[in-house]
Amino acid sequence: MIMASEVEEKVVFDTESAKEVVKELRANFVAGKTKSYEWRMSQLIAMLKMMEENEPQIVAALRDDLSKPELESSIYEIAMLKKSCGMALKELKHWMMPEKAKTSLTTFPSSAAIVSEPLGVVLVISAWNYPFLLSLDPVVGAIAAGNAIVLKPSEIAPATASLLAKLVVDYLDSSCIKVVEGAVPETSALLEQKWDKILYTGNGRVARIVMAAAAKHLTPVVLELGGKSPVIVDSGINLKVATRRIISGKWGCNNGQACISPDYIITTKDYASKLVDSFKCDLERFYGKNPLESRDLSRIVNSNHFARLSKLLDEDKVSGKIVHGGERDKTNLKIAPTILLDVPRDSLIMNEEIFGPLLPIILVDKVEDSFDVINSSGMKPLAAYLFTNNNKLKEKFVETVSAGGLVVNDTTVHLAEPSLPFGGVGDSGMGAYHGKFSFDTFSHKKAVLYRSFACDAFIRYPPYTRGKLRLLQAFFGGSMLGIIRAVLGWFKA
Amino acid sequence: MEESVAVAELRETFKSGRTRSVAWRKNQLRALIDLINENEDSIFKALHQDLGKHPVESYRDEVGVILKSASYTLSCLDKWVAPRKSELPWLLFPAKGEVQPEPLGVVLIFASWNFPITLALDPLIGAISAGNTVLLKPSELAPACLSFLIETIPHYLDNKAIKVVGGRVEVAERLLQLKWDKIFFTGSPRVGRLVMAAAARYLTPVTLELGAKCPAIVDILSSPFKTKVAAKRIVGGKWGPCTGQACISIDYLLVEEKFASTLIELLKKYIKRFYGENIKDLKSIARIVNKHNFQRLHNLLKDPNVAASVVYGGSVDEDKLVIEPTILLDPPLDSEIMTEEIFGPLLPIITVKKIEESIDFINSKPNPLVIYAFTEDETFKKRILSETSSGTVTFNDSMIQFLCDTLPFGGVGQSGFGRYHGKYSFDTFSHEKAVLHRGFFPELEPRYPPWTNFKLMFIKLAYKFDYLGLILLMMGLKKS
Repeated sequence: MIMASEVEEKVVFDTESAKEVVKELRANFVAGKTKSYEWRMSQLIAMLKMMEENEPQIVAALRDDLSKPELESSIYEIAMLKKSCGMALKELKHWMMPEKAKTSLTTFPSSAAIVSEPLGVVLVISAWNYPFLLSLDPVVGAIAAGNAIVLKPSEIAPATASLLAKLVVDYLDSSCIKVVEGAVPETSALLEQKWDKILYTGNGRVARIVMAAAAKHLTPVVLELGGKSPVIVDSGINLKVATRRIISGKWGCNNGQACISPDYIITTKDYASKLVDSFKCDLERFYGKNPLESRDLSRIVNSNHFARLSKLLDEDKVSGKIVHGGERDKTNLKIAPTILLDVPRDSLIMNEEIFGPLLPIILVDKVEDSFDVINSSGMKPLAAYLFTNNNKLKEKFVETVSAGGLVVNDTTVHLAEPSLPFGGVGDSGMGAYHGKFSFDTFSHKKAVLYRSFACDAFIRYPPYTRGKLRLLQAFFGGSMLGIIRAVLGWFKA
Repeated sequence: MEESVAVAELRETFKSGRTRSVAWRKNQLRALIDLINENEDSIFKALHQDLGKHPVESYRDEVGVILKSASYTLSCLDKWVAPRKSELPWLLFPAKGEVQPEPLGVVLIFASWNFPITLALDPLIGAISAGNTVLLKPSELAPACLSFLIETIPHYLDNKAIKVVGGRVEVAERLLQLKWDKIFFTGSPRVGRLVMAAAARYLTPVTLELGAKCPAIVDILSSPFKTKVAAKRIVGGKWGPCTGQACISIDYLLVEEKFASTLIELLKKYIKRFYGENIKDLKSIARIVNKHNFQRLHNLLKDPNVAASVVYGGSVDEDKLVIEPTILLDPPLDSEIMTEEIFGPLLPIITVKKIEESIDFINSKPNPLVIYAFTEDETFKKRILSETSSGTVTFNDSMIQFLCDTLPFGGVGQSGFGRYHGKYSFDTFSHEKAVLHRGFFPELEPRYPPWTNFKLMFIKLAYKFDYLGLILLMMGLKKS
């Protein structure tokens, strides 16, 4: 008996497939499927349901992809997303309403408004470190604004990507919201198409590729990137609280693999040893004597990043500067919380975004010197942090440090505050989202001017005369007296 | 290379912090107002030389606009630079959240040739008000205005912070090789793509003010008076600003068949009254900017099917680079005049059976900067707003939305992205920095590992702002 061999044909997602997807979504968008308030609400409600009914599966996928502790998954990915959905559900009616705009004498009589409309068919490309949140949080904004959406989750977090693909099909309207899985070839195929907006979360190298592709179609982009987020630590503070907040922002956020994790610390030579001791104490309390075995720390995502981080630690300039940690487990892709003291500014670890559990400390003579250290790199980070009780220092910090967002006396919490725009500047990106900013970023704000037929200003029209010129000058000047004088002058002439 | 030396100086100046001070910004704006007031005649002369604009047109569309924009900015600047407070939840208490605008740094502004003063200085006002240093590259296609700006600006403005550079395409290309903190571009979609592609290399944010065919829907109005006003506004709006060479010029009209001839007669009447009876007696109207554009426009008319649809005008004067106001009735829809942005004094009228068909017609073309609609039908207005997409919609007038400082001015899709005018100019050249201030007390223990179910429950409740639940949990009255 001959067994027919089954050849499994892998479905390739190429340019043609991408074109088809966009064509379908565009047709559905043009047909008006995503515009109604009802549709948008139904999708947001479905997303909430999706999370409520699948929390264990989501937590499991994140554990597979990143060994993410359950609490981090539940809170930083699921709870944050639920909050985002909840806010959109509550505010959507208000967000969708036109905003009245004031009009002035120059356009009298008239009324004006700014109307929000969806951009159309948008592409969300997400990252691997918060693969659930960074995929669906932008999607919440895109849905709220009434768009059709393609989501491309990161292939570096494959369990989450597959789960997302399945959940979106099961819960959301897949004629208007699609997930495309894959890696570079699939992303390139998507980037060849014409989108009405692209929101990309990731690194600067790929961001340049995304923006260059968008340029071909004049597609506006939001780029959520990263950078080296510094923490300035002054003396005279509540050191215990500061240390814990730094630990929480660094190792408590995917083990340092987060765009707004504290990247490095700047403190004075005098204060450094106190700071290091405080870290050692709390690190042991939180993660135990053998942090490589702690279940409360994510692992390094893959062997590429493990090798990259190892290289940073092994550099000659730096390997002798380790004052805490440094242990590694290559098989399980684990690196212990590691602190390095007095690291040279020209070392590798100080010249790329670390994105891992290594925390270098740079020493300065006076805390005010920190600002030069931060600004000298010429690259603006996504976040910058300062711990101090000195109000003048706080003022100088806000005035001179340019970053996406700043936090004084804490780290990373601004991410959870939807009334603050979340985004970068310079090398850390462009555009912002969260809360209403998400709705705005996926909307076109259309200006509308309603004019009356009455009071047609004859000065607009030829034949042009000196008199009309004088009247125009008065009119633009906006003063009633000026206009009256010009009109009288006109009658005199 | 001269340009990189200029940019290096602009960066040094920015680093020095001088341009951040509100006093500096206000001084520059006042100096700009002085520049305009003290050189009005030179500006009129340059605009007449480059484009044949009459002083009244120049005042209305360029001089007046800049004076108004600078004064408005001066009067609002203190308000705009102040941080915007945001309300934070009790959970984060005590905390203060705000959004602090800050300058982006060194910005590059490309101006177009059709409103060479306005399109150079209005973005400049925005960039200065936001505290940046600026390199301005006006268009070489309006050479007298370019010379004017190059010669005059250094006498009034801080020339270590604001520089003007002339030259042709090669200069623009060299500028685009450098790193900027923002690029503001007004021009064609073709060049817009090149600008954005160059900006991508440095992740430089851009604002692109482009164009596309701006339609005007002309519905039947309830009285002859209103119809006359509409016709005047169409004529004044089409040929008044730079003889149709404006990104927001009415490109074509959409009218019901039965109304077309009435409208055409009215349009003819006002064309003759405003601009003259024939090409020899044309006045109060600009000319075509150069031979290249003249040829382009003339060629649009050479298509025999298009030529056959001319119902008024059509004469050209190649020496003077003048084309008289020309109306066409139903030229073929696949002719170039109906597929490309006209940017000149030719006005096709497309007839439809019912005016509502205009919506589908407009949607078959790329999103324009503006859709104009002359109608009193409230239902139709709502349909236009919700079923079409454009940068702006203006009802019952033309061009005037440009003067509204409280409305964002910009495109969508093919007509560009980003916006300016009024506070939007300030915003477009700013980074809105989020700032969160926290106190050291109280401390929330559940933030920290080792993780337990209690801590998980606590944070879940905290995220929902379920303060009652939190209290119960902490009192041991809620299961964790």
